[in-house]
Amino acid sequence: MAAMVRLTRQIEDVIEDSYNRKNEAEAQREKEYIAAVTVQAWFQGSRTRAYIKHLNDCAVSIQRRWRGFLGRKFYRVLVKNSVQKMWRGYYVRKYVFNYYSRKRYLEALQVKNEIIRSELEEFAEQQAVIRKRVQQQREKSRHEYEARRSHHLLSTHVIPSIYNSPFLPFPLEHEYTLRSVKPLAHPKKRLAKSEFDPACASYNEKLPTHLPPLPQKPQGPFREPEVVQKQRYKPFQPSLRVSTDFYSLEKAREEMKAEEWVTRLNDAVFQPFTRRTVPYEPLLHTTSGYGHLPYGTKFFRFEEQEKHITEKPFKMLVPPIPIFDKLNDTYSQGQV
Amino acid sequence: MSRQVLQVFEQYQKSRTQFVQTVAELASRPQNIETLQNAGVMSLLRPLLLDIVPTIQQTAALALGRLANYNDDLAEAVVRGDILPQLVYSLAEQNRFYKKAAAFVLRAVAKHSPQLAQSVVDCGALDALVICLEEFDPGVKESAAWALGYIARHNAELAQAVVDAGAVPLLVLCIQEPELSLKRIAASALSDICKHSPELAQTVVDAGAIAHLAQMILNPDAKLKRQVFSALSQIAKHSVDLAEMVVEAEIFPAVLTCLKDPDEYVKKNVATLIREIAKHTPELAQLIVNAGGVAAVVDYVGECKSNVRLPGIMMLGYVAAHSENLAMAVIVSKGVVQLAIALSEEPEDHIQAASAWALGQIGRHTPEHAKAVAVANVLPKLLQCYLRADASEDLQTKSKKALKNILQKCVHLPALEPLLHDAPPNILKHVVGQFSKVLPHDSKARRLFVTSGGLKKIQEIKAEPGSALAEYINTINNCYPEEIVKYYSPGYSDALLERVEQYAPKV
Repeated sequence: MAAMVRLTRQIEDVIEDSYNRKNEAEAQREKEYIAAVTVQAWFQGSRTRAYIKHLNDCAVSIQRRWRGFLGRKFYRVLVKNSVQKMWRGYYVRKYVFNYYSRKRYLEALQVKNEIIRSELEEFAEQQAVIRKRVQQQREKSRHEYEARRSHHLLSTHVIPSIYNSPFLPFPLEHEYTLRSVKPLAHPKKRLAKSEFDPACASYNEKLPTHLPPLPQKPQGPFREPEVVQKQRYKPFQPSLRVSTDFYSLEKAREEMKAEEWVTRLNDAVFQPFTRRTVPYEPLLHTTSGYGHLPYGTKFFRFEEQEKHITEKPFKMLVPPIPIFDKLNDTYSQGQV
Repeated sequence: MSRQVLQVFEQYQKSRTQFVQTVAELASRPQNIETLQNAGVMSLLRPLLLDIVPTIQQTAALALGRLANYNDDLAEAVVRGDILPQLVYSLAEQNRFYKKAAAFVLRAVAKHSPQLAQSVVDCGALDALVICLEEFDPGVKESAAWALGYIARHNAELAQAVVDAGAVPLLVLCIQEPELSLKRIAASALSDICKHSPELAQTVVDAGAIAHLAQMILNPDAKLKRQVFSALSQIAKHSVDLAEMVVEAEIFPAVLTCLKDPDEYVKKNVATLIREIAKHTPELAQLIVNAGGVAAVVDYVGECKSNVRLPGIMMLGYVAAHSENLAMAVIVSKGVVQLAIALSEEPEDHIQAASAWALGQIGRHTPEHAKAVAVANVLPKLLQCYLRADASEDLQTKSKKALKNILQKCVHLPALEPLLHDAPPNILKHVVGQFSKVLPHDSKARRLFVTSGGLKKIQEIKAEPGSALAEYINTINNCYPEEIVKYYSPGYSDALLERVEQYAPKV
C-alpha cells in the first residue's frame, strides 16, 4: 500500500514531466523535421548522383568502344584506299619493277640504237667514199704515169702515130691523153758540190792541176808556182765572227740550262700556286726604316768614272783589222 | 807477187758471198728446202755465221732463218746445231742488219712449238732481245718484238719469262713509235703476253699500255687495228677490274665505228673485245647497251658471214644472260631476228650452237622474252638443229637446253603448236606442260586448241602412266567435256561402229 501511496503522490510529477516533455518535443519537432529532411536530401542526392555517374560511365564506355570501332573502321578504309596503295606502289616501283620506267628506257634505247645505226651508216659511207677516192686517185696517177712513159707514141705533124690513124675519122682517146701530159723528164742530176756555206773551212772542190790562162804574157820575176798555187787555193779563212753562230752564246746558255734542268737534284715537288702555302716574306727594304737604294731607277751599276781609261764604252765586237788579214795573203812581202 | 796472193783471198770471199746469197735465195722457196736439207746446208751455214765479213754473216743468218721458218724439223736442227748461242752472242755485239737477221732466226725457231721456244729462252735470248728493243733502229726493234711475241704466245711460263726479262715497258714504248709496222708487231706481242693469265695482263696494264692502245683505235691502218683490238680484248678477258680499266680508256663510242671497217679481222677483233667486256658483269653490259653497242653488234652480225660473226653472236648471248632488262634490250635492238637468221643460214655447227645458246639466253627470262623469241619462228629451227642426224654433240646439247629454257617460259600457244607434231618425247614434255598451264585459264585458247587439232594430237600421245607427261595430258583433258575428249581419242570411230553393231533396233 505504501507503494501505492508513493505512486499516487508521484502522479503529479509524472504528468508534469510528460507534459513538459511533450512541450519540449513540440518545440523541437520542426527543427528536427528540417534536420531530417536535410539529412535525407543529402543522402538521396548523393545516391542519385552516384547512380547517374554510374550510368554516365557506362554510356561513356559504350560510346568509346563504338566510336573507337567506327574510327578504326574509317581508318582502315582510309589506309587501304590511299596510304597503303601509295606505299605499295612506291615500294614496288622503286625496288621491284617499274613498268613505265622500263618502257621509257626501252624506247630511249630504241632511239639511241637508231641514232647509232644511222651514225655508223654515215661513217661507213664516208669511209667508202674516201677509199673510192683514193683508189681513183691511184688509178689516175698510174694512167698518167703510163701515158708519160709512152709519150713518144704521140703523133707529130708529119707522122701520125698508131693512136692517130689517118684512116680513122678522129684520133683515139689515148692520143688525147698523150697530148695532155708531159713526157717524163730525165732524172735530174744532183749537184755534186754543196751550196755555198760561209762557215765552211775550204772550198770542197778538186784543185785544178793548171792555173787559168792569162790574157797577156806577164813579166817576171815570179814566185814559185807551188807558192802561187797554194796561195790562190788557200783554205778559206772565215773570221771567228763568221765561223761561229751569232747566237752561239745564247744557245750554249740554253743548253746548259737544259742540262741543269735534267740533272738537278730537287726534292721540292713542283706544285701549282693554288696549293702552295709559303708564308709571306716581306721585303727587307720595305720593312726597314732606311728604304732601299734607287738601283735600277736612278743608276744601274756602281761605277767609278775617274778610273776609266777612256770615255767610250767597251766594245764586245771588234772589226777585223784589214792589215792582219792581208798579211802574207798577197804577193807583197809584208809592206802594205 | 802480193797481188796474186790477195787475189786468192778475194776470190774466196766472192765465192762465199755468192754461196750464202744463193742459199738464202733458194731457201725462200718451199720446194727447195728438202734438197737443201739433204745437201747438209745447216753444217755449211753454221761456220759462215762466224765469218769475218759482216755481209756474209747476215746473209747466212737470213738463210738459216728462212730454213727454220719452214718447219719444226729444221728449227730443231738449228737448235741441235748449237747455233742459237752464237746468234744470241752476236745479237748483243753486231751491227743492226745482223741483229735483224739474228732476231729473225730466233723468231723462226721459236714459232713452232713451246719446246723450241723454251730452248731459245734457255740460251739467254730474252735479255739480248730486250736489249735490241732499246736499239735506235726501228727495224731491229721490230724483229726483236716479233721474236718476243712468238716466244710469249706459247704458254704462260714463256710469257712470264718474257715479262721477267723486262720486255713489257719497252714494248709499250715501241707502240708509241711512229713506224706502223713496229706498232703493229709490238701490239701483237703485248696481246700474246696478255692472253695467258690475269697477272700477265695486269703487268701489261701497269706498264700503261691501255692508254696508248686506246689512242690507236681510230688509226686508218687496218692491220694495226687488228692487233690493237686483239690486245685490248686479251687484256679485258681476264677479270672485271681489267675490263673496267679498258672501258675507262673511253673506247666506247669509238670502237663501234670499227664494226663497219672493211677489214674482216678488225671487225672480228672489235666484236671479240666487246664480248670480252660484256661478259663480266651486268653493269659493263649495261654500259655497252647504253652506248648503243647492241644495235651496232646486231647490224654487224647481219652483215658478216661465218666465223667473223661468231663473237657478235656470243656477245648478244652474254648480254642477254645477265638480266631480263638486258635481254629485253637485245630484243628491242632486233637481235633475235639476226640470231634466227644466223641459226638458219650458217652451215657450220659451232656457229649454230652459239646462236642457239644466245637465243636460249634471251628467251629464258620471262614469258614476254620467250614470246619475242618464239614469234621469230626460232623454235622449229632449234628443234631441227636438235634432231638433225649430222649435228655435233655440242650443237645438240646447246639447242636442247635453249629449247628447254624457252619452252619453260613460253605461253605463246600458236608458236608451241607446231612442236606438238614433231617434237621428241623429252621436248614434248615441256610443250604439253605449257599447254596444261595455260588452257585451264583461257577459254579462247581452249577453243583454238581443239580446232587446230592440238587436242587430237594430245590424245594420240602415248604417255607412261604416272609420268609428268601423263599428268599434263590429264590436266588438259580435264579442261574439256568428256565427249570431246572421247571424240578425239584414237579408236573412237571403231567404238562407235561397235555400238552400231550391238545396237538392237527397235522394230
